[in-house]
Amino acid sequence: MHARQSPLPLVLSDLSFAAGGVAILERISLTLEAGPRTVILGPNGAGKSVLLRLCHGLLRPSAGAIGWRGPRIGRRPDAMVFQRPVMLRRSVRGNVEYGLKLAGIGRAERHRIATERLEAVGLAHLASRPARRLSGGEQQRVALARAWALDPKLLFLDEPTASLDPAATRLVEAIVLAMHEAGTKIVMTTHDLGQARRLADEIVFLHRGRIVERAPAADFFAAPKSPEAAAFICGELPV
Amino acid sequence: MPERDALSAALALIAGADPALWGIVGLSLAVSLSAVALAALIGLPIGAALALFRFPGRGALVTLFNGMMGLPPVVVGLVVYLLLSRTGPLGELGILFTPGAMVIAQTILVFPIIAALARQTVEDAWHEYEEQMRSLGATPRRSIATLIWDTRFSLATAVLAGLGRASAEVGAVMIVGGNIDGLTRVMTTAIALRTSMGDLPMALGLGLVLIALIVLINALAHVVKAMAQARHG
Repeated sequence: MHARQSPLPLVLSDLSFAAGGVAILERISLTLEAGPRTVILGPNGAGKSVLLRLCHGLLRPSAGAIGWRGPRIGRRPDAMVFQRPVMLRRSVRGNVEYGLKLAGIGRAERHRIATERLEAVGLAHLASRPARRLSGGEQQRVALARAWALDPKLLFLDEPTASLDPAATRLVEAIVLAMHEAGTKIVMTTHDLGQARRLADEIVFLHRGRIVERAPAADFFAAPKSPEAAAFICGELPV
Repeated sequence: MPERDALSAALALIAGADPALWGIVGLSLAVSLSAVALAALIGLPIGAALALFRFPGRGALVTLFNGMMGLPPVVVGLVVYLLLSRTGPLGELGILFTPGAMVIAQTILVFPIIAALARQTVEDAWHEYEEQMRSLGATPRRSIATLIWDTRFSLATAVLAGLGRASAEVGAVMIVGGNIDGLTRVMTTAIALRTSMGDLPMALGLGLVLIALIVLINALAHVVKAMAQARHG
């Protein structure tokens, strides 16, 4: 029943993006199915962030199409967590409730959902604190709770731990796993191999604006098929 | 009268709580604070809208408001005078030479300042917020209130700049208020009048009160802002 109602897969066909005459992504075709945690891996500048922003509708493709193949009912099925979360200048709870308020959800219901999500990310005790006074790691967990409050079917995460220390990184990863467990499709970018190994069910390897390889995580790390991916895994700069 | 004597006489007027002096101070505050409140009500949303929306003519409007920050008060006074005078388009209101007319003139003087400064502030914030807000489902229209609230500490400075402008100007209130004793006489017009009459103690006393008030309001606002910012980040 649940699976049938999912708007997934999200299908990208021949998606290209250029800015100022420079091609950033070229003819990306990718089907994001419900289920596995997809990690988009690649060196800096490969176009990972742009790809997520296209998927999330924050950027318009220069060419190609993107669309949900399953039924879309109600509010938008996808949410996004950014590398540097923007905390609104209000309480932690106010931040988590903000998207719900925009979606027209009543006060009592907002309060209930926010409480639940803040507990899930371990920040219920900070609910009334001004969000901007929290540490970077705590802010990212607020951002996760804020996205989670919207019950997304698909969550995009753009290098969510790139500016966090290892302890905060593990907390964020645990929340991502919990959201996946609760039924949210995860699509996350990273250039951190360790993180990719910990979180990925499947890898989409992006290099210079193209998808070079897509494989189950175990296969990818054991035996990458492309020389670019092999070089990246070895810690070399792919040429 | 030597200036030293004028100064001590001025201080005596202030200390003695001279009712004429304090009546003028009270009216000045009432007029300028009302004008700034109105100007904020108009200018903040206009500034935020200019920051968030892209439409034909936007650049011209931004330039216009920036230019209007330096409107000459006497000219604004003259235009409001023409509008409100008995034969003018708004003459039927019959509010020329009342505090109401002074509030209108000062509102016109102040709102471009608030709108222009708010536009800059909100636009800077929007660069930081845009993707996050759109991701959470906020349209630019729905983001206006959120951004005004989130930049409230910076916007307070814009509003204060407006208050400084309103309480310091003399040309507009002189023309549309008429400087009528006990009715439309405010600090700046009284200072001008008393000086030309040679009543230096009263002019100086009012001048001291005016400066003290402006410094006090700004200091208070600064403290409140610093405290709030420390709390909210």
